Amino acid sequence: MSGKTEASKTIRQLIFVVVGMFGFGFAMVPLYDVLCDVTGFNGKTAGKYTAKEVQDVREDRLVTIQFLASNNANMPWEFRPKVRTMKVHPGKLNTVEFYARNITGETMVAQAVPSVTPFHAAEFLHKTECFCFEQQQLEAREDLDMPLRFIIDSQIPEAVKTVTLSYTLYDVTEQFGLATN
Amino acid sequence: MSAVIEEHHHDGHHHGPDKGIMRWVFTTNHKDIGTLYLWFSFLMFLTGGVLALGIRAELFQPGLQIIQPEIFNQLTTMHGLIMVFGAVMPAFVGLANWLIPMMIGAPDMALPRMNNYSFWILPFAFGMLLSTFFMEGGAPNYGWTFYAPLSTDYAPPSVTFFIFAVHMMGISSIMGSINVVVTILNMRAPGMTLMKMPLFVWTWFITAYLLIAVMPVLAGVVTMMLMDIHFGTAFFNAGGGGDPVLFQHVFWFFGHPEVYIMILPAFGVVSAIIPTFARKRLFGYDSMVYATASIAFLSFIVWAHHMFTVGIPLAGELYFMYATMLIAVPTGVKVFNWVATMWQGAMTFETPMLFAIAFVILFTIGGLSGLMLAIVPADFQYHDTYFVVAHFHYVLVPGSVFSIMAAVYYWIPKWTGNMYDETLGKTHFWLSFIGVNVTFFPQHFIGLAGMPRRIPDYALQFADWNMVSSCGAFLFGFSQLLFLFIVIKCIRGGKKATDQVWEGAHGLEWTIPSPAPYHTFTTPPTSMKEAHG
Repeated sequence: MSGKTEASKTIRQLIFVVVGMFGFGFAMVPLYDVLCDVTGFNGKTAGKYTAKEVQDVREDRLVTIQFLASNNANMPWEFRPKVRTMKVHPGKLNTVEFYARNITGETMVAQAVPSVTPFHAAEFLHKTECFCFEQQQLEAREDLDMPLRFIIDSQIPEAVKTVTLSYTLYDVTEQFGLATN
Repeated sequence: MSAVIEEHHHDGHHHGPDKGIMRWVFTTNHKDIGTLYLWFSFLMFLTGGVLALGIRAELFQPGLQIIQPEIFNQLTTMHGLIMVFGAVMPAFVGLANWLIPMMIGAPDMALPRMNNYSFWILPFAFGMLLSTFFMEGGAPNYGWTFYAPLSTDYAPPSVTFFIFAVHMMGISSIMGSINVVVTILNMRAPGMTLMKMPLFVWTWFITAYLLIAVMPVLAGVVTMMLMDIHFGTAFFNAGGGGDPVLFQHVFWFFGHPEVYIMILPAFGVVSAIIPTFARKRLFGYDSMVYATASIAFLSFIVWAHHMFTVGIPLAGELYFMYATMLIAVPTGVKVFNWVATMWQGAMTFETPMLFAIAFVILFTIGGLSGLMLAIVPADFQYHDTYFVVAHFHYVLVPGSVFSIMAAVYYWIPKWTGNMYDETLGKTHFWLSFIGVNVTFFPQHFIGLAGMPRRIPDYALQFADWNMVSSCGAFLFGFSQLLFLFIVIKCIRGGKKATDQVWEGAHGLEWTIPSPAPYHTFTTPPTSMKEAHG
């Protein structure tokens, strides 16, 4: 036995590893978000887009974009796109609307979360305005047309003919509470 | 620290165990703690086994007969949790406690008091986990992998108790592992270099590092769940900006090394037993060490092969597929070495050897089905079917569990001073061997035919093989009562064991008397010859 000091040195090193790995578990959260943002893995779309330069409109190309709206479990709202599918020219600004109606008798708050398929198209879908950027609060039986403005990047790979943009609507009333205004 | 050292010093002065129950509560003796771990593990093995028999009883025929779906989900979840964290892991820690000091010529583990704590946390952790069965909403029902948000938004209220139980198990494992590493690094007898250590010590050394690296990640992921449930965070809640897939990444970053934590010590056990009964040195000792280290390293970079169907990019799927297949190389080295050790050996087939040979064959079958699952396009078909169930039960039951049984038969004469009943031992082996294969081999077929896992009812075309599987499960389950009987019989008496016990056994633990005295190697052994056979 090589004595107390060497043993306690080993113990200190190992405890350091334990604490470090506990931290690493939490560090995976931002690492994962960064990785998804950079690569568009998981079909995550970026936040609000501000054009760095005006894009050429590719009049020669048409990309089909499909809209899906679904409710997360236990979310009672009516939620659907007003247009199911459209053909757009890359580089051109488009506007569509989604319809939401709170069918319950209580005020509720909702959050829509987007996802894009195929996932590598996510980085080419730019949203200049989206209802998903903020939470939506609706009174009992109130309804709302929610706008979405987007540009398909003119650099989108030729192989992509169809892009599906799907929104899932979550009930976040309990989590974030009603707005007080 | 100083208290620990003093206590240890104090221990050296009285020569026998205390009397009565307090001996076990306060013991800091590595042999006592090893015994406690092994008995606890066996108790959990029977508990998890009863749950498994409940599952197999329900699946005996299609339709719902005895168990309602809500209870069924609780049974599958608790069976997995108890077997992984309560049966297999503590059994290996028990073996480590008994054997590592005796194998490296140390008087005890380096941190005896902490050793006592790390054991005594476990009964409380599992008491708490099992108590969830009696709570409102029932026990955890989201599978042993507890994917969020199933385990957060949709979980029964008992999930909080589950989270704390996991925390306690994690603390126990981490303390136990620190103890193992410190013991191996600082307490080897003079002359025992790292590359002269028995392979069981080597595999546990590497396993301890894996535990120290990944148990904190598990603690992290359940802490995130706790915060999502009670403190309004949204790590895994998409509505709040989180991501459920993130849960799977963090979980499997822990989970994949975890499955090697449950098999590497088994490699060590088998590497001790096969040379003894083949009466040859272990073939390729150095390559065994390097293969173990390679497997441990690879275990950190393959986690997403559990998640091929969640929608990861093609490049990711290819990478994880090839990295996973790479694991077959060091594993193949090991299997080759075991077979080469037996080659032209003067083999005899006592019970430990039978279990060890069955391990080599059946673990290889489990490994091959793992290779099939690693193939991305095929995995889309196999994912979440009974084929996966067959795969991991082949590596865990005739893999890990058989190796633990082999270890018990191999070392129990040293522990008790008595030989076990060889006829009964062989009977136990054959009943278990037949039971295991009848249970799990048909699950390959029903899995390939498309039967999903974790369901209480199934389509008619799966009926026949399910019935066969259930029969095997009951045979295997009840055979373990015979194991209990053999062990108790051996403790109470039997043919006296010699010091060496087995003709071909080499290593320091076979140089001390049988049964092993309460204190061994209070002065370090001087002769290192044949430290590894």
